[in-house]
Amino acid sequence: MDKSAMLKVSGLQAWYGESHILHGVDIEVRQGEVVTLLGRNGAGKTTTIKSIMGMVAEREGSISFNGHETINWPSNRIAKAGIAICPEERGIFSSLNVEENLLLPPTVQPGGLSVEEIFTLFPNLKERITSQGTKLSGGEQQMLAIGRILRTGARLLLLDEPTEGLAPVIIQQISRTISRLKEAGFTILLVEQNFRFAATVADRYYVMEGGKVIDEIDNAHLEQHVDKLNEYLGV
Amino acid sequence: MFEILGITSQALFGQLLIGLINGAFYAMLSLGLAVIFGMLNIINFTHGALYMIGAFVAWMLLNYLGVGYWWALVISPIVTGALGVLIERFMLSRLRDLDHLYGLLLTFGLALIFEGLFRQKFGSSGLPYRPPAELTGGTNLGFMFLPNYRAWVISFSLVVCLGTWYAIEHTRLGSYLRAATENPALVQAFGINVSRMITLTYGFGVGLAALAGVLAAPIYQVNPLMGSNIIIVVFAVVVIGGMGSILGSIITGFALGVAEGLTKVFYPEASSTVIFVIMAIVLLIRPTGLFGRSS
Repeated sequence: MDKSAMLKVSGLQAWYGESHILHGVDIEVRQGEVVTLLGRNGAGKTTTIKSIMGMVAEREGSISFNGHETINWPSNRIAKAGIAICPEERGIFSSLNVEENLLLPPTVQPGGLSVEEIFTLFPNLKERITSQGTKLSGGEQQMLAIGRILRTGARLLLLDEPTEGLAPVIIQQISRTISRLKEAGFTILLVEQNFRFAATVADRYYVMEGGKVIDEIDNAHLEQHVDKLNEYLGV
Repeated sequence: MFEILGITSQALFGQLLIGLINGAFYAMLSLGLAVIFGMLNIINFTHGALYMIGAFVAWMLLNYLGVGYWWALVISPIVTGALGVLIERFMLSRLRDLDHLYGLLLTFGLALIFEGLFRQKFGSSGLPYRPPAELTGGTNLGFMFLPNYRAWVISFSLVVCLGTWYAIEHTRLGSYLRAATENPALVQAFGINVSRMITLTYGFGVGLAALAGVLAAPIYQVNPLMGSNIIIVVFAVVVIGGMGSILGSIITGFALGVAEGLTKVFYPEASSTVIFVIMAIVLLIRPTGLFGRSS
């Protein structure tokens, strides 16, 4: 394994009941990188990050995180190893207020952001601290979903479509946040359909189709591959 | 002494007190049921039997080991809660992904087994259990005589119920419980061992039932059927309060106990059915219960 590879996924297969979703996914994420999984709906992007997080019951292959094989670990053990997820549907709890949602994930390692630092990143959250989590706007809920995993000290963040359904101005704010997290040394695996957004933050792209990775593109060569990417994504 | 509608204050407040006592047991039992239903989605028919076991553990501690009431208040919920942990770990956890009906059938079967075993061993005539010496006697309030033990049961139950409500609604642990009720997979992915939390929550709910059993032992006799006598009313309380609602269970438990007591004064014939009449009306107007949220 490459010395600097924080996460290495090899031959990952996953099933939901009878449905075989992933057919051998191979990806690698190095320390400090922002890597994006691109692909159309149903390509297997979300299942890939859920499998990395241990949230898909039936999975096979190899997932190595910081040298530890985690394919058979339960999700709580994977979280404690330093991986955190911001799920596609945001996962804000309606029975908890903003503060409780923010403080819900336990600290797994030292080095996480303080609540004040999170409020600096997302000032809206401070103003709405006592509101019920699901009463927030879509953008604020997304900020909350990202903010709460920054507290935990996890160094690998799995962000599933953080821009889905959001206004352009909020997307810009999330883009700036991801850039700041990258500068702060976080490693990020991003699932996106919004290629324009991903281009503002990503170092590398994996393109998925039919439960497999079908291409890998470096950000430096992005310009040369725009047409191909548009074709992959059906734009 | 005064009279209202021809009823003396002694009679009125006496029944009100009995209503509050029953309400305290309804509240504690329905609270345990609400906690278990909220977390595990299981309609726990064993709850009445575990309340009965709680009372019997107190009785056995006293008669076999000479351990008195105050220690029984601590030991019985722990012992019975541990039994609950075993039930969850080795039986209910296997049904987690199946339809509710399986959990209901299992817990109903367990209740019959527990009751049968205790009837076989202790008969069904009931065994006496004296209140602790510190709480014998009573206080004359002028308009009524208040037995000390009953005052203790009402105030202690209220403290336990409000403490549980506070722990669930206003502490970090409570926020884990509430979040795990909504989305256990995500809570687990945040690093929390949800499976262990579910087991301990079940054990806690069972411990509450056992605590109610110990409190009840000096008032009613310790009887293998004491659980099945009360559990149907407790289910009605849970339905009226709203399935899974913590505060709803507490308020409805006490309120329905009082409603039952007052009915005994003014129209005794309806006292055993009034709770079910209220349940029918509430279900017609608010199917999710008075404090329940629609899913």
